[in-house]
Amino acid sequence: MSYNWNWSIFFEPSLDGTHTYLTTLLWGAGWTLATAFAAFAIALSLGSVVGVARTAPQAWVRALSTCFVEVLRNVPLLVQMFLWYFVLPELLPDELGTWLKQLPDAQFYTAVVCLGCYHAARMAEVVRAGLQSLPGGQRMAGQALGLNLAQTYRYVLLPMAYRIVVPAITSEFLSCTKNTSVALAIGLMELTGSARAMQENSFQIFEAFSAATTLYLALNLIIIFAMRRVERLAVVPGYGTPQKAA
Amino acid sequence: MLNGFDLQVVINALPYLFMTGMAFTLTLTAFATLAGIAFGTLLAMMRLSRHRALAYMAAGYVNLLRSLPLVLVIFWFYFLVPYLAQWAMGASRPVRVDPFWSSVITFTLFEACYFCEIIRAGIQSLPKGQLLASQALGMHGGQSMLYVVLPQALRNMLPLMLTQTIILFQDTSLVYVLSITDFLGATAKVAQRDGRLLEMYIFAALVYFVISLLASHAARRLQRRVAIIR
Amino acid sequence: MKKTLAASMLTLMFAAGGAHAQDDGTLAKIAELGAITVGHRDGAVPFSYYDDNQRPIGYAMDLCARVVDAVKLKLNKPDLKVTYMPVTGTTRIPLLANGTIDMECGTTTNNAERQQQVTFSTTNFVAGVRILSNQSNPIETMADAKGKTVVTLAGTTSVKVINVANTEQNLGLTILTAKDLAEGMLTLETNRAVALIFDDVSLAGAAATSKTPKAFVLSKQPLSVEPYGIMLRRGDDAFKALVNHTLEGLYASGEINAIYAKWFTQPIPPRGINLNFPMSSQLKNVIAHPTDDPNPDLYR
Repeated sequence: MSYNWNWSIFFEPSLDGTHTYLTTLLWGAGWTLATAFAAFAIALSLGSVVGVARTAPQAWVRALSTCFVEVLRNVPLLVQMFLWYFVLPELLPDELGTWLKQLPDAQFYTAVVCLGCYHAARMAEVVRAGLQSLPGGQRMAGQALGLNLAQTYRYVLLPMAYRIVVPAITSEFLSCTKNTSVALAIGLMELTGSARAMQENSFQIFEAFSAATTLYLALNLIIIFAMRRVERLAVVPGYGTPQKAA
Repeated sequence: MLNGFDLQVVINALPYLFMTGMAFTLTLTAFATLAGIAFGTLLAMMRLSRHRALAYMAAGYVNLLRSLPLVLVIFWFYFLVPYLAQWAMGASRPVRVDPFWSSVITFTLFEACYFCEIIRAGIQSLPKGQLLASQALGMHGGQSMLYVVLPQALRNMLPLMLTQTIILFQDTSLVYVLSITDFLGATAKVAQRDGRLLEMYIFAALVYFVISLLASHAARRLQRRVAIIR
Repeated sequence: MKKTLAASMLTLMFAAGGAHAQDDGTLAKIAELGAITVGHRDGAVPFSYYDDNQRPIGYAMDLCARVVDAVKLKLNKPDLKVTYMPVTGTTRIPLLANGTIDMECGTTTNNAERQQQVTFSTTNFVAGVRILSNQSNPIETMADAKGKTVVTLAGTTSVKVINVANTEQNLGLTILTAKDLAEGMLTLETNRAVALIFDDVSLAGAAATSKTPKAFVLSKQPLSVEPYGIMLRRGDDAFKALVNHTLEGLYASGEINAIYAKWFTQPIPPRGINLNFPMSSQLKNVIAHPTDDPNPDLYR
């Protein structure tokens, strides 16, 4: 039952013989960030479209976007990961499916698309909440100025809505970063995956997970720090943080 | 490897999927929710306490676990729980904990952080005057908590707690990474054994979807019924 | 906030510090609890895998059953409770070290690195790492997979074998690690990888029990030698002696031949497939001269 602590394990070469375990963990952190950024780019853009669609005047547009949100929010992320990775290529025509499977870094692309869609559904709710928090007069004012629907969203509603929901976007990005770890189930060597691999091959369980924990904390602090600046820039005078104002 | 959608594969596996897999998932969700709320309440009380040390400890714990991915926390606790149990019970050797209870402990300790924040926000959402009024009536701290603050705060946070329980229900699928046979684990086993990925994974998604959707609709209806109109 | 984070990190570390527990032996633990926990794999045909009733069976399970019998005899506890717990390549060593399981009965290679954390019984099988690929696109050597994606099992010695070949021969492989054999086979079957690289006997078992046994081909030249043993906690000589005594008793009496034949040259449950994997000269050698040495060169 004795456990051999060995903190110098980080500087020993990993299985590939050339890099140390520390390097593989940092690479893992790199994949985590790359996946999180790419997925969040999809989440922001797709989420905005769906969020806008949720407030659109046409009933069928609203219904369609509601379906998107409900499906993606009510299926566990890991199940969605398997659907994208194992099921999707089987549903496609043979050639396309095979191409998809043999793609280098297929796990990365799958994880990005899957996480992107998953967080798009959640971003859509954030954007919708932002839009709905605006007084109805704003939409009418836009139309009174002779703007069409698209222009009203583009020039009046969205700029305000985005600035109001920046804090919610921060927490969504943090959760996206954490959720990249689910991609280890399809073989992506992100931070948790590389800590697990280090544990399996060096048997230094607690050292490996401590290092991953420290790196996640560092990532979190960096993201929070960066987003605080954005939040300060984005704050709309007179809007937002009503609790503090009261 | 696929020849159309074979519903029979799913039907044959139903008893195993539900009796073994879903039973595990649901009991895990139930135990972890109850224990998570209990521990979460304790954490919230600590965070709101006047004792700085207690507040800091609880805040540190909550913030630490909330900045880690659940998958990493699952690995941590799966390997750590026997040592924690040894330490907690003063045993002379790590205590054997079976995978179910290990999962319950992991999810309790993790989700408690989220329940803590819900409870804290619920308590803080009450106007200060309520507490002051109860004190003016001569109630002491425990009484005003029990008779004035908590009854109202609970009504405010019940819907959020239900939402968190639904998230917990979905999160339990992550025990798959430890090869534990929860609903997803059972589905994956059958899928791999029979080579029927398409049917099994789509079926799993469908089951999770229906349960979560029904539960969240129920939560929304409840919200309308219990909301305190101000 | 940073300070409190650091404080809670320390709390976790401190808790992990409990790992320095004193050791009073597996046999004492078993006697005290009246129970023994056997760790097993869930898809390692024919070593330890599930039958139709989700009960773990196999060659390694039979050997471990003999060990359990010996423990019952030694402790004079005929009604000793035996619990089974599935483990994976990722979890087996931590779960053994943290006392969740008392011995691991599967396909674990005895090697010097692992001996830093655990120990092994007398060798009970000798496997070799080989390559399983599709008949339509056979991979005979590591070089054949150049630039492609290959899959192996997480936490196994094969990971190292592949990594070394990848670096030495500059192959530019993408290496996936599946969590168990079933997931590895799935990755190969769905063409997510061109080859599944693992211990030959397990690959033969996986291919034979797959839907299309004839669609796969196993490479001829082994890439390494893998002596298997029952994995035990380190520094527990009394328990290890009991395990070794049991195994060596089976070797000396020749009973091992019947147990071997039952799983490797006769039809096995659940589907009555015969692996036709006669005993190798290496294993015969080990049975004649039992050893728990991790050095692969001794087994060549």
